Amino acid sequence: MTWILFLEQALNGLQFGLMLFLLASGLTLVFGIMDMINLAHGALYMVGAFLAAWLAQLTQSFVLGVLLAIPLTAVFGMVMESTLLRTLYARDHMSQVLATFALILIINEAVRMIWGTDMPLAAPAALSGPVELLPGLFYPSYRLVIIGVGLVLAGLLYLAVTRTRVGAWVRAGASNREMAMAMGINIQWLFTLVFGLGAALCAVAGALLGPLLAVQVGMGESVLILAFVVIVIGGIGSIWGAFVGSLLVGFVDTFGRTLMPALFREIFPPQVASAAGPAVASILVYLLMAVVLFLRPQGLFARR
Amino acid sequence: MKSFRLAFLLAATLTAASAFAQPVSKVKIGLVSTLSGPNGAIGEEIRDAFNLAVQLNGGSLGGVPVEMVIGDDQFNPQVGKQLFERMVKRDKVDFMTGVVFSNIMLAGLPEAVNEKVFYISPNAAPSPLAGKDCNPFFFAASWPNDAYHEAAGQHATTRGFKSAYLMAPNYQAGKDSLAGFKRFYKGKVVDEVYTKLGQLDYSAELAQVRAAKPEVMYAFLPGGMGVNFIKQFVAAGLNKDIRLVLPGFGADQDVSRGVGDVMLGIQDTAHWALDLNNPANKKFVTEFEKAYKRLPTVYAAQGYDTALILDSAIRSVKGNINDKDAMRKAFREVKFDSVRGAFKFNTNHYPVQNYYLREVKKDSQGRLVNLLASTQPVMANHGDAYVQECSMR
Repeated sequence: MTWILFLEQALNGLQFGLMLFLLASGLTLVFGIMDMINLAHGALYMVGAFLAAWLAQLTQSFVLGVLLAIPLTAVFGMVMESTLLRTLYARDHMSQVLATFALILIINEAVRMIWGTDMPLAAPAALSGPVELLPGLFYPSYRLVIIGVGLVLAGLLYLAVTRTRVGAWVRAGASNREMAMAMGINIQWLFTLVFGLGAALCAVAGALLGPLLAVQVGMGESVLILAFVVIVIGGIGSIWGAFVGSLLVGFVDTFGRTLMPALFREIFPPQVASAAGPAVASILVYLLMAVVLFLRPQGLFARR
Repeated sequence: MKSFRLAFLLAATLTAASAFAQPVSKVKIGLVSTLSGPNGAIGEEIRDAFNLAVQLNGGSLGGVPVEMVIGDDQFNPQVGKQLFERMVKRDKVDFMTGVVFSNIMLAGLPEAVNEKVFYISPNAAPSPLAGKDCNPFFFAASWPNDAYHEAAGQHATTRGFKSAYLMAPNYQAGKDSLAGFKRFYKGKVVDEVYTKLGQLDYSAELAQVRAAKPEVMYAFLPGGMGVNFIKQFVAAGLNKDIRLVLPGFGADQDVSRGVGDVMLGIQDTAHWALDLNNPANKKFVTEFEKAYKRLPTVYAAQGYDTALILDSAIRSVKGNINDKDAMRKAFREVKFDSVRGAFKFNTNHYPVQNYYLREVKKDSQGRLVNLLASTQPVMANHGDAYVQECSMR
C-alpha cells in the first residue's frame, strides 16, 4: 500500500467515523441520560435526509435545504419525545425496544406515503468532482466538506457539553439522574432538549450523506446498528466515548475492507482468500466490539 | 348410496376427460412478484407490463379471457413459496409467472412444476436451471443470469481494454456474474473485489481502484448499491480515466432517476433497449408510457414479452391448455413479435438472442434514457454455457 493510498483511506475512515459520531452522540445521550433505548433514532436520520431532499427541491438550493431540514427534524424529534417516548421512560427496556421498533415501521411507511420510496438529492455542482490535495492524491471535494462539517460540529458539541451550564446539566443527568433531579434540574425539559439536539445531529448526517449514499426508506436501519456498536464501544452516555468509538469503527471498517482481502491473499490460496477475506472484513467491526466488551464491559469511556 | 357415489365418480371422470380435450373458457394466471419494499419498483415494472400486454390484447391471451391472481412475495422466499402453493393448489391457476429474484423463485418453483403448472420466468433465470436442473415446466423469457456479464466481457475484449477491475457483492449471483464476465474477457483482470451485500459506501474500494489504474471497471451491483456506487465513482473523478461498464439493469431509466446527470455516457449491456428498432417495441414503449407515465425498463420489457409468449403459445394450441405436452411443444416453438427482436428458446428453455451495448443519453425532453450505443449486437444469437448439461433435447 503506497502512502497516497494510505492517506486516502485514512480520510475515508475519518469521514465515515465523523458521520457515525453525529448519529451516535445523540443516541448515547438519550441512552445515557434517559436510560431509554431508542431504535427510532435511525428514523430521524431518514426524516432529516428526506426533509433536506424535499426542501432542496423546493428552494432549488442544497445548502438552504440542509439548513432548513435541521431545525425541522429537531422539532419533529421533540414532538416525538414529548408525545410518545416520554410515556416509555418508566417502562423496561423490552417495552422501549418494541415501541420504538413499531415507530420505525410507522415512520418508514409514513415517509413512503408522503415522498415515495426514494428522493434524489444532489450535492452542489461545484463539489461534484475531486480535488488534488497533494500531488497524486485526489479526493472527492464533497467528502472533504463532510469531514470539515463533522469536525466543526464535534468541536462545538464538545465545548457545549464541557463549557456551558446546559452541558453541565446534561453531564449531571448522564452520570446520576436522580441526584441531578434532586439538585433542581428540570429533567423533563432537559430530555426534550437533548432529544431535539440528537435529532438535529441526525438530520445533519442524513442530509450530508444523502448525495453520497441514497435518500431512501429504510436508510436508517443499517446505520443504526453501527451507531449502537459505537456507543457500546465508547461507553453509554459519554460524548467523548462516542467520538473515539466512531473514529475507531470508521478506521477499522475502512482499513479492514481493503487490508483484509490483501492479507488473506498473502496467506491463503486464492479460492479461500476470495471467500474469507470479504467475510472477515465485514465482521471486523463486531469483532472489535466483542473484544472491547470482553476487556471493558462498560465501554472505553463509561460515565458510570 | 353406493351407486350414487359410483355415478358421481364416473361423471367426475368424464368431465375431467372432456376438459382435457376441449378449449378452456378462461385462463388463470398466477403472478408472484416483489411489489413492496426497496425492491418493489422492479416487481411493479413486471406486473404493469404484463397487465399492459393483456389489456392491449382485449383482456385475453391466445383468444382466451384472462383472470389474474397477483401476490406480493415481500422479498421473502418463505412468503413466495406460500403464494406459489396457494395459487397452484387453491386458486388452481393454469400458469405461473412474475418473480424478480432467483432465491425467491427457486423456493416457490417446485410448488408449480411438481404440479405440472408451467412457470414462465419474466426475470430470474439462474444457471442451474439452464443446466443440470433444467425442467420441462420451466421457461425463461428473460436472459440467462450470466448473459449480461458475458456480453460486457465480450465488449471489453472487442474494445481492446487491456486491464479490468471487477466488483460484485459477496453472494452467489455476484460470483456468477464475475465468472460470466471473465468467460469472455481476454485481457488482464487486475483485481476482483467482493463487497458486503447491501453496502452503501464504496470509498475504500474506490481508493483501491484508483491505485490499480485499470482501463475498464465492471461492477455488478444491483439496486441501491449500484446507485451509490455510480455516484461515488463519478465524485471521485474516476470516470475521467476509467471506463465504467455495467450490466443492463444497472443503468436503466429507474437507476438514472435516482443518480442524475452523472449517469450520462455510462455504458451497459442488455438484450433490449428503448430505441430497439422493431414495430413491437415501438408499440410497447409508446403504450407503456401512455398507460403509466414513465418509460419502461428491461424488467418491463421482460414482463411484456412473457405475456406475449403465453399469448402465442395458447393460440397455437387453440386454447387446449390442459394438454401439457402440446402446450410444452407450443412454448418450445413459440413464434411472437418480441420487443427485443429475434428470439427463440434453446433446448434448455432458455433464450437465444442478441445482446447490445447501450449508453445513457438525454432525450428531447431532457430525460436520462438508456439507448443503443450501436445497432450492431455485442453478441448475436447467444445462448448460455450450461445447455450441454441439460438432459432435455
